[in-house]
Amino acid sequence: MNFDHSILSLIVFCPLVGAVVLALLPDRGKTMAFGALTVTVLTFLLTLHLPSHYAAAESVGSFRFVQDSAWIPAPAIRYHLGVDGLGMWLVVLTGFLAPLGVLASWNAIAERRKTFYVLFLLQQVAMLGIFVALDLFLYYAFWELSLVPMTILIATFGRTKARRTAAIKYFVYAFVPSALLLVGILWLYAKTGTFDLPRLTGLAAAHHISGNTAALWLCSLAFLLAFAVKVPVFPLHGWLRDSIAEAPTAAVMVLAGKTGLYSILRFSFAIFPEQSHRIAPLMIALGALGIVYGSLIAITRKDLKELAAYSTLGHLSFITLGIFTFTIAGLDGGIYQILNHGISGGALFLLLGFLYERYGTYDMRDLGGLAARLPWMITLYVITTLSLIGLPILNSFVGEFLVLAGTMQSTSEHHVFWTVFATTGVILSAAYMLWMIQRVFYGHLGVVSQEIAPHDLNGREQLALWPMVALMLLMGVASPYWMHTLDANAVKIATVPSPAEQHPHERVEIRTTASTGFVDPQLSQEALRALATTGKIKSSQPAPAPEGRLY
Amino acid sequence: MPSSLLWFIPLLPLLGFLINGTLGRKLPRAAVAGIALLFTAIPALLVGWLWMTMLRTGDLIMQVVSRPWIEITGFHVDFALTVDHLTLIMLAVVTGVGFLIHLYSVGYMAHEDGYWRFFAYLNLFMFFMSVLVLAESFLLLFVGWEGVGLASYLLIGFYYKKTSAADAGKKAFIVNRIGDFGFLLAMFLLIQHFGTLSFRAVFAQIAAQPELHAGWLTAIALLLVVGAAGKSAQIPLYVWLPDAMEGPTPVSALIHAATMVTAGVYLVARCHAIFDRAPAALAVVAIIGALTAIYAASMGMVQHDIKRVLAYSTISQLGYMFLGCGVAAYSAAVFHLVTHAFFKALLFLAAGSVIHALSGEQDMRVMGGLRKRIPVTFWTMTMGVFAIAGIPPWAGFFSKDEILYRAFSYSNGPLGKLLWIVGLVTAGMTSFYMFRLWFKTFFGAERFNEQHSLAEHGAPVHASSSSTQTLEAEHDDGQTTQHHGVHESPWLMLLPLVVLAVLSVVGGWFGIPAALGGHNEIEHFLDPVFAVAGHPENALNADQVSHTLELSLAVISVATACVGFFFAWLFYYRKPGSASALATKAAPLYALVANKFYIDEIYNAFFVSGLLGFTRVFLYGVGDRLGVDGAGRFASWMALDLGEMMRRMQSGNLRSYAGWLALGAAVVMGFMIFGRGIWMH
Repeated sequence: MNFDHSILSLIVFCPLVGAVVLALLPDRGKTMAFGALTVTVLTFLLTLHLPSHYAAAESVGSFRFVQDSAWIPAPAIRYHLGVDGLGMWLVVLTGFLAPLGVLASWNAIAERRKTFYVLFLLQQVAMLGIFVALDLFLYYAFWELSLVPMTILIATFGRTKARRTAAIKYFVYAFVPSALLLVGILWLYAKTGTFDLPRLTGLAAAHHISGNTAALWLCSLAFLLAFAVKVPVFPLHGWLRDSIAEAPTAAVMVLAGKTGLYSILRFSFAIFPEQSHRIAPLMIALGALGIVYGSLIAITRKDLKELAAYSTLGHLSFITLGIFTFTIAGLDGGIYQILNHGISGGALFLLLGFLYERYGTYDMRDLGGLAARLPWMITLYVITTLSLIGLPILNSFVGEFLVLAGTMQSTSEHHVFWTVFATTGVILSAAYMLWMIQRVFYGHLGVVSQEIAPHDLNGREQLALWPMVALMLLMGVASPYWMHTLDANAVKIATVPSPAEQHPHERVEIRTTASTGFVDPQLSQEALRALATTGKIKSSQPAPAPEGRLY
Repeated sequence: MPSSLLWFIPLLPLLGFLINGTLGRKLPRAAVAGIALLFTAIPALLVGWLWMTMLRTGDLIMQVVSRPWIEITGFHVDFALTVDHLTLIMLAVVTGVGFLIHLYSVGYMAHEDGYWRFFAYLNLFMFFMSVLVLAESFLLLFVGWEGVGLASYLLIGFYYKKTSAADAGKKAFIVNRIGDFGFLLAMFLLIQHFGTLSFRAVFAQIAAQPELHAGWLTAIALLLVVGAAGKSAQIPLYVWLPDAMEGPTPVSALIHAATMVTAGVYLVARCHAIFDRAPAALAVVAIIGALTAIYAASMGMVQHDIKRVLAYSTISQLGYMFLGCGVAAYSAAVFHLVTHAFFKALLFLAAGSVIHALSGEQDMRVMGGLRKRIPVTFWTMTMGVFAIAGIPPWAGFFSKDEILYRAFSYSNGPLGKLLWIVGLVTAGMTSFYMFRLWFKTFFGAERFNEQHSLAEHGAPVHASSSSTQTLEAEHDDGQTTQHHGVHESPWLMLLPLVVLAVLSVVGGWFGIPAALGGHNEIEHFLDPVFAVAGHPENALNADQVSHTLELSLAVISVATACVGFFFAWLFYYRKPGSASALATKAAPLYALVANKFYIDEIYNAFFVSGLLGFTRVFLYGVGDRLGVDGAGRFASWMALDLGEMMRRMQSGNLRSYAGWLALGAAVVMGFMIFGRGIWMH
């Protein structure tokens, strides 16, 4: 039986059905946890259908597993789902993280379990929906839906009394720009009569959305702002610290990063290519600043969750930097880094959660000397740390390296300066992560770590962590497996014809890049043709000698 | 030999790491040691086989490529290993010395906790180090480069309960990361300009474009120097290496003397095609090297900790190698790298044996007179001391002299002569501090206390001994162990010492220059690597070679070494105590040098306290709390205030509604009457 046309719907609504069933079941013992685990594992298994059938799946444009049917005739809203490489891997990642989140909450959530797991599954539905919806209106429904469960999760299951404030902060930060996003979406509909992303992309490429450049600019900014807050891009990170400090582990793991960055790549870049290119120098600067700013503050934090919050800001800024370089390397690295951060950042939050379950504190001054007492815990902490600081042969190195290499190749203003500036992040991230390891695990026993009898990781916790560690290593040494499907997105975005290229100065620079061998025979024929039509490579000038592939 | 066997050179130690790292805790010590030794011995044998193949067939360039590691449109990096003559020499040092040190460690660490952990890390190091020297691309080299840094971090912090050890490990990693920052930027530039990171492809492109000169090639070269200075502990990034002595002594010998720290020299030599086209960068390398050599030697003269003397001496010798690279005498630098690996590993291991004999004592002020008590250690260490001091025919003489000679005949103006003088003075200082160590440790009165136990040094305690005295000592963890007086080390530790002592004598004979009746085999051996990519611009021309000059320079440096010996003999043997008298006379100078020129303090004030203070006050306080949080609070306050105003307007009071209605009507009327007139103008 061919699932391909309904698989995405199955994936999205599996957690929804699960949520309804859980809501009807009595909250007794571990019923809720086992129920949620079953649902999330089932969803994850469903998502695995995508990569295993990706090559064979029928493609509509660049999208596969497409399901497109009319929903509401007027206004013309369609039920249009589909994924490309980017969307697919984010769906798989979301599916992968969910069971781990349930395992992390196993004992940590002892009260109001039904509320927790139902909300958790609804959050799941919203995120999966965001990654597969190709109709703007449908997308917006999922986008708004994602706010609600998260806000309630923070407000209800927060750690301290400040949880209400944190929840409100999160909601306001996310909701106000979303309202602007809605205005933008409606304006687009008014101009074009469609919510359909592929059609809008086509219109945008042909400059047929609107002749009113000012209005287009405003609309693009509404989109970008809503997404940038959700990432968050420096300096829009006001909600991040409090939300991360308060939210329970399972919620923190999916709090930041993925949805905002995906939306920028999918919607901002597709519908507003010209505006995105024009604003890129600003975003590159904000990305580089965010890396250094986040990392520096992380060094000074004594609370583990706060440290993790600023480290998250730093790592997400790498991705912002990469995707706005509009180079293939930068985009590939940035997209890869979204996945990596989901895994490594997730692993860090899991470990922090496990530590908190044992010692009831996130304050590093109370901990210390735990290495001898928790040998497995320190092992996994160190591996996660090494992944986060970008040690080669672990996953993040591939992403960060490509991001920074891409920044160096970018044609944006001051890109050399920003590359150098951003690269200091590799020093700073090592500084705060290693200092954290030292303060928690080395030296003498701290006040709290002395009092409480040590329990090393148990089977459930190991089960949650080892898949992540395995992925860190696999994605570090076998990146082409993922990159092959992601690369198409990057090539497509990097070669979007933008009027800026008509500028003679810009064109010269681009040709330099091509003639120094950055374009080699590896380049797919399709991409070459696209480049030729946009005037990047003169047909008379052959691709440079394939120095890279001598053997 | 099928070239796919190359994979086993790095992968077997990795396997050893995985086995010991996961199961080691439950395995008996003999099994742990056996696994670690086996997985370092096989690669060493493979390298031996490589040598045989090379000697039989003459030329040897071997390459294996596996699946791509990173592959995106327009750029890819493979897992690819290659062997050429330079790699072969490095491999011989890494696997050979590495195996000997593994052997030594079996004895040295025999009574330590975390035995499995130690050998797992040591094998991990061997894996990364082999990757580093076998890599066929900058990026794969960088894997090894960062990886050895990781292994070094883990091993320096081996005694993690000690704050100083944990600090030292962290410091080493972060300072190395500063170097890696430069290396990364160099790679970004390489990608930008060449589109590939494969050594062969990059060097082929450089060779094919003779017009490429200086410019951004200098930028790439200088950034590589930043990386190399971090790894090889050169000014200004040397600060981590003295602290790294917190690690167990075999680690100091293997990582912080023989192999890892020479990676920077290897990098410069490997990328000589780039450096040859960037004379400015080459000069920087030479100057950094010479300055580091003399600067570190000056600090080595006043240290009291036996391992720290050797640490500064390592920095100083690495400076020589940089100096050699900087005057485009790459093969001389590699030659010194090899001899240094022999005699410095020997010195560290012998020092370890001394420390072992004294149950953890590292302070030379409480040693003395040990030559009769531990004769094998004494004689082997003597070989090392003579080698490093530059006494012919020990190994160090030939390699150091080659570098000095090449510096002297460096064509580029007076710079060469200046570098030579600095190098010569350093040679005298080296001889002085090494013989100082020798006299203080092995001669004179026995100043140590046999009852003295310094288990808190984290050094090992050793149970089998012929010594008469036995005492009980408390470990940190409350475990009691048998403790003994001064004793010679077991044969397992002495065997590597003897092998290395022999190598420290004969190791230099492969590079005896023509002036002394030799053939300088090592230089001819390396010719295919260093001569292919065109003429090294500043290198010596064949007609400039003058045997008389070379001989007289050799005589001068031997004389300098003798002067160093003389002063050491005078201060520490003939008239003990005169050195401290001299130190009191020149107290400020002595304090300056003894406190390492306060560089650690200055770095701390600027880069640590300064940066963190700035972050706390401006970034976190002003930026995040006031700016970002404040903006949010301001926005919410605005929203609430506006809401409040709106609320007041809807009071439910009929009269106020009537009032608003009247006001609104008045505004509308005003517009109708006057507005039109205004707009019409």
